[in-house]
Amino acid sequence: MTRSLTLPAPRGPVSSAVLEALRGGSVPAVEPADPYGDDLQLALHCCYELHYRGFPGVSPDLEWDPALLGLRRDLERTFLAALRAAVPAGDDVDAEVEALLVEPVGPQVRGVSHHLQRAGELWQLREYVTHRSIYHLKEADPQAWVIPRLSGAAKAGLVTVEHDEYGGGRPDHMHAALFADMMRELDLDDTYGAYVDRVPGATLAEVNLMTLCGLHRELRGASVGQFAMVELTSSPGSDRLVRGMRRLGCGPAAIRFYDEHVEADAVHEQVVRRSVLAPLLAAEPELAESVVFGIRASLHLGERLGDHLLGCWERGESSLLP
Amino acid sequence: MPERTHVTLTEEGPALVTGPVEVELPDGERVRSDRPVTALCLCRRSRRYPLCDTSHRTKVRVKEES
Repeated sequence: MTRSLTLPAPRGPVSSAVLEALRGGSVPAVEPADPYGDDLQLALHCCYELHYRGFPGVSPDLEWDPALLGLRRDLERTFLAALRAAVPAGDDVDAEVEALLVEPVGPQVRGVSHHLQRAGELWQLREYVTHRSIYHLKEADPQAWVIPRLSGAAKAGLVTVEHDEYGGGRPDHMHAALFADMMRELDLDDTYGAYVDRVPGATLAEVNLMTLCGLHRELRGASVGQFAMVELTSSPGSDRLVRGMRRLGCGPAAIRFYDEHVEADAVHEQVVRRSVLAPLLAAEPELAESVVFGIRASLHLGERLGDHLLGCWERGESSLLP
Repeated sequence: MPERTHVTLTEEGPALVTGPVEVELPDGERVRSDRPVTALCLCRRSRRYPLCDTSHRTKVRVKEES
C-alpha cells in the first residue's frame, strides 16, 4: 500500500490525450467518447487520481492545470448526461431507502455476492476482490470530499461513519488496510493502483461516480445518496461473501474484511438514515432529487458491473482485461 | 456527573448505544464493541447476537431469476 502507482496504459484517444498531458505534453482536443467505455472512464480515472495520490514522475501542479480541468469537465458532462438518461429522476428518498432495506432471498436471486456465496470459485473471488480494490484501497476517501459541503448534524453524522471507515484512529483497523490484508492473503498485489490496467470501464465508472459527486458541491446530495446506497446494502452482501469465503477455505485475514463490514455497516445503515439523511433533508429539502439520483446512479453502475462479472463467469471467461 | 449514555430504540431494528460498550450475556460471555455507535440486536435473529447483522430486514422470496 505504501508503494506508488505507475501510469496506466491508454485505451483510446481520450485516455491517450490525458496520459500525454500527464507526461508533460499539451492537452490535445478530443472527440466525445462512449460515456461508459474504457477510454473515457480511464481518462476520467487518471484526471481524478491527481486529486488523490497522484502518479510518480507526474507534476503535482497538473492537479489544477486549466486545460486538463477543461477536458475533465467535458468527460464529466458526457458521463453525467448518460447517467441522467439511464436512471429515472425522483425525489422520494424514504421510498428509495425502504426499497434498499428489503432483502431479496432464495436461490433465484441473481447477484455477484449471491453467486460467490453459493457456487463461486476461488479465481472468481480473487477477480471480484481485484475489481473492488480500485475503490477499497482508498475506501471512504471519495466521500471525504463532501464533508466541508455539509453542515450541522448531517456533517457530524457523516464524519461518525467516515471515522469508523478510517479505523476509529487505529491505522491497522482502517478499512483500506483490512482490504490490503485480504488482498495479500488471497495472493493479490495490494499496491495502490496495481490493477487499474486490468479492470474494465465498468469498474472504473463506479469509483469515478463517487469522485465526481465528491468533487462537485452541486452534487453533494448525490454523494450522500451514493454513500447511503453502499452503507445500506453492504451488510447482507458482506455476510454472503464471508460465507462464500468460508466455503472456499479462505484464511482469516481474507475473511476479516467482509466480516468487519457485516457488523460495521449494520451500524452505518442506522447512522446514515438517522444522522445523515434525515438532518440533511430537513435542512436542505431541495437536495432530495440529488440524493435519489446518487442512489439510483450508483445502483445502475453496480448492476452493470455485476452483469459483466456474472456474464463473463457464466461463459467461463475472466472478467479482467488481459 | 458523567455524561449519560444515549440509547436509541429503533422501530424496526436494533437498539443504538453510543460509545464503547461491553455487553454481558446470560452465560457470562462478554462482547465488546469500540465503535462510536453499537447496534444491539433486539429481534434475536442476528447470527452475531448480541450485535445487529441486519437480519431483522424484510425478506422477499424471489421466484423467477431477478
